[in-house]
Amino acid sequence: MQFVMSDLGPVMPEIALTILALVILMADLFIKRKATIALMSIVSIGFVAYLLAGSMGTTFKGLYVSDGYSTFFKLIFIINVILTVLISVKYIEVEKVNFGEYYSLILFATLGMMLMASAGDLIVLYLGLELMALSTYVLAGFIRYDIKSNEAAMKYFLLGAFASAFLLYGTAMIYGLTGTTDISAISAYIVEHGLASNPVLLLSMALFAAAFSFKIAAVPFHMWAPDAYEGAPTSVTAFMSVGPKAAGFAVLGRVFMGAFGSVQVEWAAILIPIAILTMGVGNIIALSQTNIKRMLAYSSIAHAGYILLGIIAGTQDGMASVLTYMLIYGFMNIGAFAVVIMLRTEGFKGDNISDYQGLSKTHPMAAALMLIFMFSLTGIPPTAGFMGKFYVFMSAIDAGYAWLVIVAVIFSAISAYFYLRIVMYMYMKEPKETVRLSTSPGLGLALAITVAAVIIIGVFPSAVVNFARIAVAGF
Amino acid sequence: MEQAMTNSVGFPILSALIFLPIAGAALILLINRGKEDLIKWVSLGISIITFLVSLLLLTNFDKTTHLMQFTEKHAWIPAWNVNYSVGLDGISVLFVLLSTLITILCILISWNSIKIKLKEFFISLLFLEGAMIGVFCSLDFILFYIFWEAMLIPMYLLIGVWGGPNRIYAAVKFFLYTLVGSVLMLVGIIVLYFYSGRTFDILELMTQSYPFQMQLLLFWAFFAAFAVKVPMFPVHTWLPDAHTEAPTAGSVVLAAVLIKMGAYGFLRFSLPILPEASMAMTPVMIGLSVIAIIYGGLICLAQTDLKRLIAYSSVSHMGFVTLGIFTLNTQGMEGGILQMINHGIVTGALFLSVGAIYDRTHTRQIADYGGVASVMPIYAAMFLIFTFASIGLPATNGFVGEFLIILGAFAASQLAGVLAATGIIIGAGYMLWLYQRVFFMETNPKVSGLSDLDAREIVTLLPMVILIFWIGVYPDAFLDYMRASVEHLLERVHTGSGQAIATAGDVMELLK
Repeated sequence: MQFVMSDLGPVMPEIALTILALVILMADLFIKRKATIALMSIVSIGFVAYLLAGSMGTTFKGLYVSDGYSTFFKLIFIINVILTVLISVKYIEVEKVNFGEYYSLILFATLGMMLMASAGDLIVLYLGLELMALSTYVLAGFIRYDIKSNEAAMKYFLLGAFASAFLLYGTAMIYGLTGTTDISAISAYIVEHGLASNPVLLLSMALFAAAFSFKIAAVPFHMWAPDAYEGAPTSVTAFMSVGPKAAGFAVLGRVFMGAFGSVQVEWAAILIPIAILTMGVGNIIALSQTNIKRMLAYSSIAHAGYILLGIIAGTQDGMASVLTYMLIYGFMNIGAFAVVIMLRTEGFKGDNISDYQGLSKTHPMAAALMLIFMFSLTGIPPTAGFMGKFYVFMSAIDAGYAWLVIVAVIFSAISAYFYLRIVMYMYMKEPKETVRLSTSPGLGLALAITVAAVIIIGVFPSAVVNFARIAVAGF
Repeated sequence: MEQAMTNSVGFPILSALIFLPIAGAALILLINRGKEDLIKWVSLGISIITFLVSLLLLTNFDKTTHLMQFTEKHAWIPAWNVNYSVGLDGISVLFVLLSTLITILCILISWNSIKIKLKEFFISLLFLEGAMIGVFCSLDFILFYIFWEAMLIPMYLLIGVWGGPNRIYAAVKFFLYTLVGSVLMLVGIIVLYFYSGRTFDILELMTQSYPFQMQLLLFWAFFAAFAVKVPMFPVHTWLPDAHTEAPTAGSVVLAAVLIKMGAYGFLRFSLPILPEASMAMTPVMIGLSVIAIIYGGLICLAQTDLKRLIAYSSVSHMGFVTLGIFTLNTQGMEGGILQMINHGIVTGALFLSVGAIYDRTHTRQIADYGGVASVMPIYAAMFLIFTFASIGLPATNGFVGEFLIILGAFAASQLAGVLAATGIIIGAGYMLWLYQRVFFMETNPKVSGLSDLDAREIVTLLPMVILIFWIGVYPDAFLDYMRASVEHLLERVHTGSGQAIATAGDVMELLK
């Protein structure tokens, strides 16, 4: 048997990221100024983004696929890293956890996500998922001296371990059924042998749905999210609410559309109740939250519900709408978390909704930004949030799920109440105490990027939509 | 239905009208918040320029055609076939003018009464103006929806930030009611989009025919959005709260323009796109309208709060408007549209007047007033004119509109005509009683020594007085604008609906 070196082109960005993340881990030993490490991370991820452009192709005998779909998701991960690093620099100083490992962990988690997006095989998918999950567990517990942060990491870890087990279980069953873990081979086998209502296939799809639902925080597998989001450092919460969720959707789309594309009717029946529960529980429980991080956690659960509609549609347009929504969601959610981080100063946690009371009077700029993010999360035009929802709803209606969209818009209208509550506190109440803001150039830049993206994509969504449609052309 | 694209003015006038105020809002964003006078003057300047530009619409409007005029069309989101497409016809043109005029008056009346967050106030008001004009001009359903929803943001802030004591409750209620209605319409829009071969173009959607069952569902989806906005009975309950708690400018914009959009929506979308369903649903719509007229009027009699009384009178008056529209005959529909303008003028003027006196006394309770006529004679005279117009006394605009509507209603259903006419009597009752309690009787110590209207306030109210008599004496000057479009719309509704006429006719027989 002759050994043939596989083409490394498609996997080059990941190789580069692995090396750079290790370099940054080492550099931490010598560099005292942690802001330099932050800068290095941004430069590294920028370099990875540059490599992304020339990485199209399939390698390792189909184990690894770099296509438009994975590239779009990788861009979301890269944007997520850049924004997270920008909002972290000052914040981890304030939290007194200014260690260099923070940045390399973020990069390793992102590496895991990139592997997931490109996985052409269930085993590669599992490896990526574990790398992402393990790094994120550590990040969630990064504030060592804070009991809540510890709790967050512990819960996230324990429940995440269950999810991994489900995933392995599902993989094992599908291997037993089809004799392969290659996604396209599974698809071919199912079509060839007409396995449409095979109980083992159904069970393994249910297990996959459960495992991925953990990652995207869909009900009833969302239990970890509120505690993990609340306890984790806010910058990590921002990171977790976008990156792993996007990665979860990437593999959800890849596996369900790729491997199980021919039995869409079957898995739609699994995902529809999950989507309805997710929107319902997320939006309704968010109504009664007093902590903004918890509220955003439930909001993030609810958004997963809307995005699921795009997957359920099971069409190319549906996938394109998932990509579009995920990108938009990344901008608006990190933007909102950036404002939350601004309120965190030494000796003041600033994560209660009542801390926002009268913010428009004391800090009109911060309040105006939060206003825009809140309206965008509600989905009111002319913000990007509307365009995201519009596209998802449109593709779901096109696929014949108009009734499901009616459910979604009703929940979406309910969500207006808790988003507007923040606006109400900021604009319609008098300030109780003077809230100081901790600002930094990085945070300012992150806010400028996110708010510009939210408004520009809201008014001119064409470029993003077209890009997403091209990205899913392979499906 | 061929729609030639014409634009008789040499520049994209509608885009200018939409984006002038929005650019103005952006300009104010850049002004230092300390320079309050500058902010006020810039807003006033922008709104006056916008108004002057909008006057060109009147002079250049071709009254002989139902086709869209001043049109512009640019590709916007090609992937979804969404276009930036604007244009005006006889139904919408007057509303653009109403919006631009009302904004000036709102800025004038708020000159001294807004004390906090002045900058945000004027930004909201101008942004709102741009969105309102956009709603009336849009010829693309998504463009329309975006303006329609975008209006919620400034309006929510106007009520919630600068409103009365119970403002937060009112603002949230307003927002949620409107949003729930709107999102259901959005689902309807998307369903229509796929059925019609992926187009959001309103003019194109009007030319197609849809299965009756689907029309019915869509009719109720649109109804959810438009009826909440009008507001029709039984979804009117947000209105008294919002009107009462909003600052004067907010109440005026709400009453004069925003709630017109609901009725406008029926005219622009429900009737021409879903003619059969509209036809079949006329008994229901007429019934709801009549209930609104009488129920709204009766509730007015029990009000102790000035603004709340005028708010409920809006429910009653808008009942006339929807009644007129759903009579589906020329008199009724022309009367309905004219009455929308009239109601905008009269109720706008009433809210402006209440705002003027509220600035002095800071109370809205009717019981706190009495004998104002002897303290503020000019104010009393103007308020009397508005009262008469609201009742619909001949020679005022209210008479023309309501007369036409009742005429139309009798043709459609005698019962509805009779019941609507009693609404006018109730209207006379509560308005005259209100006038008596506020302006006559013993002078309440709380109002003694108040100064009469100053020049700014007189300038604010004077255009309304002029319009009241102008429309009252020579309504053709305004009816001429809408005639061709109304005829065309009715033709579309009547020819577009075959079997529905029969069912509707049966129900009508029963009503008679």
